[in-house]
Amino acid sequence: MTATALPAETATAAHNDPARALAVRSKRRIDPTYYWMVVPVLSLFAFFITLPALVGVFFSLTNYAGYGDWKFIGLSNYVNIFKDPAILQSYIFTFVFALTTTVVVNVVALAIALGLNAKIKWRTGIRTVFFIPMVLSALVVSFVFNYLFSNTLPVLAERFGLTPLATSILANENLAWLAIVLVTVWQAAPGATIIYLAGLQSVPAEVYEAADLDGAGSFRQFLSLTLPLILGYLVINVILGFKGFLGTYEIIVGLTGGGPGMATQSVAMRIFSGFTGGDYSYQMANAVIYFLITLLISVIQLRLIQRRGVSL
Amino acid sequence: MTTSLLPRRSARVRTKRVSSREGFRVNWWLTTLMLVASLTVLLPLYFTVAMALKTPDQIGTGTGLAWPNPLNWENFAAAYVATNFPRAFLSTAFVTVFSVLGSLACSSLVAYAIARNWNHRFFRGSFVYLLSAMFIPFPVIILPLIKQTALLGLDNPAGVVFLHVLGGISFNALLYIAFVRSIPVELEESARIDGATTWQVFRKIIFPLLAPMNATVGIFAFLGSWNDFLLPQMMIADPALQTLPVVQMLFQGEFNTNYSLAFASYLMAMAPTLVVYILAQRWVLSGVMRGAVK
Repeated sequence: MTATALPAETATAAHNDPARALAVRSKRRIDPTYYWMVVPVLSLFAFFITLPALVGVFFSLTNYAGYGDWKFIGLSNYVNIFKDPAILQSYIFTFVFALTTTVVVNVVALAIALGLNAKIKWRTGIRTVFFIPMVLSALVVSFVFNYLFSNTLPVLAERFGLTPLATSILANENLAWLAIVLVTVWQAAPGATIIYLAGLQSVPAEVYEAADLDGAGSFRQFLSLTLPLILGYLVINVILGFKGFLGTYEIIVGLTGGGPGMATQSVAMRIFSGFTGGDYSYQMANAVIYFLITLLISVIQLRLIQRRGVSL
Repeated sequence: MTTSLLPRRSARVRTKRVSSREGFRVNWWLTTLMLVASLTVLLPLYFTVAMALKTPDQIGTGTGLAWPNPLNWENFAAAYVATNFPRAFLSTAFVTVFSVLGSLACSSLVAYAIARNWNHRFFRGSFVYLLSAMFIPFPVIILPLIKQTALLGLDNPAGVVFLHVLGGISFNALLYIAFVRSIPVELEESARIDGATTWQVFRKIIFPLLAPMNATVGIFAFLGSWNDFLLPQMMIADPALQTLPVVQMLFQGEFNTNYSLAFASYLMAMAPTLVVYILAQRWVLSGVMRGAVK
C-alpha cells in the first residue's frame, strides 16, 4: 500500500459523501506522523508474518524437500495427506486432546475461581499459590512432571500394590495422552481462573442477596445465577483455550516427545518435523490444511458468540 | 495501578469490619479444601527443590519425595557450569528486555495512530489486517519463517526479539486501542494549541496515560518471552546463544542419569520468573486481570 496515495483517496470519498465528511472529526489532512507510526511496523509485520504464510502456500504446491531443486506438482501433496494414516492419527490425537483439555481446564478453573471468590481464610496467600504455574516455563514444568510420571509414580504404585500403574504411564500408548492433559491443565488453569475471577467479581452482590431471600440454596444459586451471568467469560475461555491447545507443543516435547511410537504426536509437531525430515512441502500442505480447519473453527465460534450476544 | 485496586481493597476492608460485627463466618470447610487443592501446585515445586538438593545416591531408586539430609548444594554450581548459565541467562534477558520494550513501543504507537484516525480508511484497514493475522496459527508460518530469518542473518536472539514483538502486536494493539479510546481527545487538543507535534503529544501525554495497559502488555510480553521455547529452539542457530528453557534440553539425553544436576538447573531456570511473581504479585495479577477483562 502506498501511504501517500491514500489521503487523497479519502478526500475524494469525503467529497462524494458529504454526510460522512461531516461526521469525520477533523477534515484537515491527516498528520503524516500517524503514517510514520503505523507504516514501518505494519511493513515489518507483513514481511515477517504474512509473507511466510504466502511462501508456505506456494511451496505446498511443489515437491521442495527443504533444499535443492523443486518443481510444481499441483495438489499431489494435499491428496497424499488425506491418504496418510500418520497424519490422520495426529489430527485425531490433537482434537481429542484439545477437547478433553478444554473441558477439564474450564471445570478446574471455575472451581478454583469459585473457591477463591468465597469466604475463605488466607485468600491472598492461596491465590498466590494457585497462580504460580502461569509464570513457569511449560517445558521445564513438563521435565519435572516427566520424572514424577516415570519414576516417582511407579515406585509409589508398587508400594501400595497398584500394579497397573507400576510402569510409567508415559510409556503406555493408551495412557500417555492423559499425562499430557494433566500437565497442560496444571499450566493452563490459572489463566482461565483469572478470567473467571473477573467474571465472578462482575456479578453484583445484591443478586445473591435476593436469591438468599428467595431461599435458593448455593448449588441452585450457582446453576441459575452465577453460571448464566458469567457465560460470556466461559465462552472466551473455551475459545482461547481450545485454540491454544490445538497448537500444543512444548509440553509434549517435555513429556513424551510424541511417543510412545507416534501415539502423542500433535499436528504442530508433525509440521515442525518438515524442517528436518526432508518433507518440507508435504508438511507445508499439512500446515495449510491445519490453517483452514482452525479458520473454520474460529468462524463457527464467532457465530456462536454473536448469537449469544456476548461482547468480547 | 494502585488507583484501580483501591476501591476493591477498601470494599474488602469495609466488609471485614461489618462482618466482624455481624459475625463474618469464614468457610473453614472450603478453606481446608482449597489448602489441600493448592498442594497440587506446591508438591511439584517442593519435589523440584528436594531433587535439586540431593546427591545421585540419595535419589537412588526411591520416589524422590523425601527431603535430603545432608543437603547437597554443589548441584547448583555444577548446573551453573554445565549449562553455561550466565551466557544463557544473558541471552534470555536480552530477548526478554528488548521484546518487552519493543512490544510496548510498537503496539502503543500503532494503536494510538489507529484509534485516533478511526474514520480513515487506511487506519481502519490496518486494524482489520492486524486482527485477521490473529487467525493464522503459528505452526503455519514457522517453516518458511525460519528459512527467511536464516537468509537475513536473523538466526540469533535479535531475530527472536523481532518475532516476539511482531507476533504479539495484534493482541497488544487490540488492548491498547480499547484504552486509547477512553482517553478524551480534549487532553491532546490543548497541547496541540500550545504547539506540540503529534510525536510530542504521544510521548508526553498519551504514553504516560497508558501506564496501566503498559503494565499488562509488559507482563504478557515478559512471561511469553522469558519462557518461550519454540522460537529460540528453531531460530537460534548458535547453541552458545540459546535461551534458558532451550538449554534445559541438555539433560534429556538418553545417557543422562544425573537427575539432581538436571533439577538444580530446572530450578535455576524457574527462579527468575518465580521471584518476580512473588515480589510483584499484586501488580502482576491486576495486570493480567485487566488483560482478561478487555
